[in-house]
Amino acid sequence: MTFLRRAWAVTWKDVLVERRSKETVNAVLFFSVLLLFVFEFTLGADRERLAAVLPGLLWLGVLLAALLGLGRSFVLERENDCWEALLLTPGDKSAVYVGKLAGNLLLMALVEAVVLTLFTVFMNVDVARALPGLVLVLALGTLGIAAVGTLFGAMTAHVRARELLFPVLLLPVLVPVLLAIVKSTESLMAGEPLGVVSHWLKLLIAADVIYVVAGLLTFDVLLEG
Amino acid sequence: MSRWLGLVATLGVLAGLVMAFGVAPREMTQGNVQRIMYVHVPAVWVAYLAFLAVFVASIMYLWTRAAGADWTAHAAAEVGVVFLGVNIATGAIWGKPTWGTWWTWDARLTSVAVVFVIFVGYLLVRQMTDDPERGARFAAVVGIVGALNIPLVHFSVYWWRTLHQPPTFAKPGPAAASGAIGMALLVNFIGLLLLSAYFIAKRYALLRAQQEATA
Repeated sequence: MTFLRRAWAVTWKDVLVERRSKETVNAVLFFSVLLLFVFEFTLGADRERLAAVLPGLLWLGVLLAALLGLGRSFVLERENDCWEALLLTPGDKSAVYVGKLAGNLLLMALVEAVVLTLFTVFMNVDVARALPGLVLVLALGTLGIAAVGTLFGAMTAHVRARELLFPVLLLPVLVPVLLAIVKSTESLMAGEPLGVVSHWLKLLIAADVIYVVAGLLTFDVLLEG
Repeated sequence: MSRWLGLVATLGVLAGLVMAFGVAPREMTQGNVQRIMYVHVPAVWVAYLAFLAVFVASIMYLWTRAAGADWTAHAAAEVGVVFLGVNIATGAIWGKPTWGTWWTWDARLTSVAVVFVIFVGYLLVRQMTDDPERGARFAAVVGIVGALNIPLVHFSVYWWRTLHQPPTFAKPGPAAASGAIGMALLVNFIGLLLLSAYFIAKRYALLRAQQEATA
């Protein structure tokens, strides 16, 4: 089998498991709805104040949902005793990483679509104008978050207090990605053209390349368990 | 061998103290407070060199699986975190009388703080993994990703604070400082570098002894 076919097998397995169990997606989506409530309660209903911090809130919502969702992806393999099967996959183990990464990207894309929709409905913001640029920023940022998240998720699945260690490891590493996406979302929502945030986009691309390459090269070390 | 290194490091640190308090002139505007710079600035250089060592040793470990590479990475990470901690603490002590605040979310402070947290995470992974061999592998991955992340952190935090393209690699260093001040910085840097090498050697020996005792 080619590399991509093997990666696709892993992704398809994850999608199938999720479609039948509906464990992660349902919980994560519900969690992001709850986050919206929490934001509203803690920050008050003051429109102007909320609008000013909206890009931060949007990404905070996505990030917190990602922390829950990405952490699950390898814990599931352990709980279902499937780790050995992953180890037994023939050929280069980085195909497993790519497959898992693709599955996590799907999950995050779904969460982001829901979060963005809920924000526009409940917080009364108009994102339509900024949407094309926003989708690009979202895609680049999500790839960075998922690339590190998938890598570290495979690691913390084996560690004591994994729910604690996963965010502790992931959040500081993701600071550059987080700054880039929040800052560019801010600019785009203020109606500025995409060219204004080009330096952030370059940073995101650089981060994505570094994280994905690091993931591809080191993943088999983590899969050993 | 490490005894000699310890002796030389002690001499280096003493020479640094003499330079900082005896030879370097009293700074015109800041006064004696400025002398903390002779520890503050070399400490961050030593810390970043230590993280570079973590990066190289981690790659070596994943490549060869030699225990020595892992001990080196572990020891260097601990020393790096300590020296970066010293840098942050001395910076706060200097900042209070000079800027009027212990901490500010300035670009360089923030990026140092982020790097500090990344490598504290590195040490946590080791501590929280039961099997030491597995901990070594996991830590190596975190060390590699963490070190690769340093330039990204640096640029993103800089842009976050200034919104402008940073001057490429323009850093105030000993070259910008004049005569005795630059000399004092250099001597202190060498002193702290020797001290960190001594710490790493000691820690390396300790990790090896630990391994031999449990094996």
